[in-house]
Amino acid sequence: MIVADWRPARVLEVVPANTHAKILRISVPGWPGNAAGQHVDIRLTAEDGYQAVRSYSLASYGPDPVIELGVDEVPDGEVSPYLVEDAQPGDELEVKGPLGGYFVWRPGGEARVQLIAGGSGVVPLIAMARARADAGGPPFRLLYSVRTPDDALYRDEVMRLAEHGIDVTWVYTRGGPPGWTGPIGRIGPNALAAATWPASDAPDVYVCGPTGFVEAVANELVQLGHPAQKVRTERFGGA
Amino acid sequence: MHSTRVDGNALAGMLESILKSDPTMLVVTCGGCGTAATLAEVVVELDEVCGIVLCRSCTHTLFTVMRDGDDVRISFAGLDSLST
Repeated sequence: MIVADWRPARVLEVVPANTHAKILRISVPGWPGNAAGQHVDIRLTAEDGYQAVRSYSLASYGPDPVIELGVDEVPDGEVSPYLVEDAQPGDELEVKGPLGGYFVWRPGGEARVQLIAGGSGVVPLIAMARARADAGGPPFRLLYSVRTPDDALYRDEVMRLAEHGIDVTWVYTRGGPPGWTGPIGRIGPNALAAATWPASDAPDVYVCGPTGFVEAVANELVQLGHPAQKVRTERFGGA
Repeated sequence: MHSTRVDGNALAGMLESILKSDPTMLVVTCGGCGTAATLAEVVVELDEVCGIVLCRSCTHTLFTVMRDGDDVRISFAGLDSLST
């Protein structure tokens, strides 16, 4: 296997995702394509030579050499404030990847798929949902936990997933949309059980989000009877 | 230096430089408690230059990865084995 090193890349488009996140489309000449759920390392080099590297999940999948990141700003971060506040079309940076073969969904399997996202953890799950929408396949469900509706990334796209037969459940931890009569707060075991495929369906489960969120949800899923090896996790630290 | 607690997925880029293939599906067995898990699942304390890899079960330090520009170095501490 040939392992790519850093590739020069150029920002093509920057689109607001919400008040603290952006969608970035980045042209990566020579990009070999990626599976749904993989990530990249992004390297920025300052004028004085100082370099900073961070990992970002890809919302895009497939052979397209234009990759898509959904980046939430981490206050006091070194890379995300640039990507969210300052990045402009034409800016140059370096990309290494695609990375990771663990947190990946590939079309062709028969197992049901349960996606569970906290905050910007939805990004790699969007890639999986897109791959499922394009290729068809087994039943998918997405549980998406956000503080408020305005904190969601890809909110409109998530709303439209139902058109592709992907069942979506929203969890609001701080406040719901106008007219929301459901619960507000972190999802508990009963609500998690009600909103996800049961262990008896033997789903492949993908959980991505802040470390604390992923730990809590993964532990509850195992308590609900899901084998630990069927619960794939990706943690990005933070809140 | 500020570090964040992530998991082994975040080390894929650094470790690929040395291992020359995707490291996230490698099975890591703890030399302290014997727990085996994929590299993707281990606990990683990550800062700008260093990733400290800990067993998810017993928090034993398994190994440390350091980045210096394009160079990457692994220092094995309490690792029992690293296997496919």
